[in-house]
Amino acid sequence: MNKDYPISTNEREGQASSAGRPARSPLRLAMRRFRRNGLAMAGLAILTVIVLGSVAGLVWDRAAVARGEPQPYRHQMRGAHPQPPSLSPFHPFGTDKLGRDLLARTLMGGCVSLGVGLSAALVSVLIGTTWGVTAGYAGRGVDTVMMRIVDVLYGLPYMLVIILLLVLFAEQFTWVRMVVLFLAIGSVSWLTMARVVRGQTLALREAEFVQSARAIGAGPARTIVKELLPNLTGTILVCATLTVPLAILQESFLSFLGLGVPPPLASWGTLASDAVTALNPVRACWWLLVFPCVFLGATLLGLNFVGDGLRDALDPRSR
Amino acid sequence: MVHYIVRRLLYFIPTLIMVYTVTFLLMRAAPGSPFIQERGMPEEVLEARRKHYYVDRPVYQYFRFAWDLVSLQGMPSIRYPKRNVVHDILGPAFPVSLSLGICAIGLAVVLGTAAGMASAARPRTLLDYAAMTGAMIGVSQPSFVIATVLMGVFTFVLRWLPVGGWGRPEQIVLPALALSALPAAYIARLVRTGMLEVLSADYIRTARAKGLAEYRVLLDHALRNAWLPVLGFLGPAAAGVFTGSFVIERIFAIPGVGQHFVDAALHRDHPLILASELLYAGLLIVFNLVVDVGYAWLDPRIRYE
Repeated sequence: MNKDYPISTNEREGQASSAGRPARSPLRLAMRRFRRNGLAMAGLAILTVIVLGSVAGLVWDRAAVARGEPQPYRHQMRGAHPQPPSLSPFHPFGTDKLGRDLLARTLMGGCVSLGVGLSAALVSVLIGTTWGVTAGYAGRGVDTVMMRIVDVLYGLPYMLVIILLLVLFAEQFTWVRMVVLFLAIGSVSWLTMARVVRGQTLALREAEFVQSARAIGAGPARTIVKELLPNLTGTILVCATLTVPLAILQESFLSFLGLGVPPPLASWGTLASDAVTALNPVRACWWLLVFPCVFLGATLLGLNFVGDGLRDALDPRSR
Repeated sequence: MVHYIVRRLLYFIPTLIMVYTVTFLLMRAAPGSPFIQERGMPEEVLEARRKHYYVDRPVYQYFRFAWDLVSLQGMPSIRYPKRNVVHDILGPAFPVSLSLGICAIGLAVVLGTAAGMASAARPRTLLDYAAMTGAMIGVSQPSFVIATVLMGVFTFVLRWLPVGGWGRPEQIVLPALALSALPAAYIARLVRTGMLEVLSADYIRTARAKGLAEYRVLLDHALRNAWLPVLGFLGPAAAGVFTGSFVIERIFAIPGVGQHFVDAALHRDHPLILASELLYAGLLIVFNLVVDVGYAWLDPRIRYE
């Protein structure tokens, strides 16, 4: 057996014992390919730094709450103008038009934006994978119907429905709006996942190990869970990683229209759109735009590089 | 081929009906009423207004508005009772948004294909890295940020282009450019990947061995085969351009359809919501249909599925 992907659990264990040395599992080989990819590793490094920074921001916030101090990201100074970055008072990113520290807001924005992206990816994985695997495994009639539904949904101007939905909930509590936002953005992304997973399932369904599993009497549930899903994880992971940046961008659109994350919470989208609307030729507050956009851009690029790197690592033949 | 087109056309109607129904249900299920600003009015007047717009008879409203819209008669908007939704509000705005959208998609295709081809023709050179850096910017910043930066540079610093509005040809440059950034970046990556793959094929080697000029090899032989994924991407690209246009139209003060849709939704203006949603949906579906037909025409294998 020379091909290392896809491979069933039993085959891999068989390889190990017959070769007499530790087998290079497909996962190990993929990780090695990923490590060799400079851009992907750089992207991973950037993402790690930003995630750590966001967590640090969260810790800072909770520590302030524990000490009974005002939370840094929403602590306003009355009658303040946006201040450029300075070290004393300690505002390394400057302040915004309400006197709030931009560093705290940017880190908080990281938590929110990444949260939006991850939850959108999660929703799209859950719905999309289920839909795609069912359609791909069932085949023929069921597959046709399910994919036609996806095609019709693909043609819907989804964002319009989402905008409508968000407008309708615009006066609700913050957490309701956040949940609706997460679900709405996730509901846009699952279509691509479903298509990709279904295509991969169709290909895998004819593989020998799947047919032998069915031959020994494995029902559809067992075949799907034990044989198909492990081999689908690569595809799903790549698609999910590439869904997150799109979700973050969509959230920033909605924030620009006023429908995204509600104040006083911040996301990179709200920070960027506030900065854009505050921009004027008289008093250019460059720090309001530059810092959130640098974080946003770095994160999106990091996610794209990691996604591309994962795709190259997990299925080099797709290149 | 005709068979394929007919099949695709058959999806048009159910999709439109579904869009209309979903929009209608969301709209009716919403908290809030179209007449919230009119609380000071006497009860009878309010009742008469409700009856006039069929707000009290949802089922009738569903069919009546559907007919009014499809037959292009239109109906008055609730917020602007003197203006007919189709003739006075969306009618003038539609060509504006349409031309902006077409320019943006066209620009995205041209820029993206050029950048992708240049990258693939000279891989790992300065040109390649420059083009891919441009693509990265398009993919990593929201379009309103790109629009703002472009406006800052070309309007305030260089003073080459106007700040916004509509009517003169130079007013379309910045908005179209900002709107095209994201799709252009994706197209550039698609073309680059496809071309790199195609350029290592045997028939390219044959073409070069025959003595063909490099540009002929690239354009006639390589691009033709590498371009198919771009066509497949055009559908989602159009959807993205339409939604992006809400934001761009607001920044550059362009009298398009986007502002009407968001305002209508915020004020629960039933006729205008339905009209603009149907407009967008119809346009998108037609565009997808054209793209699908083009795809089938270029790649005969698709027709026979």
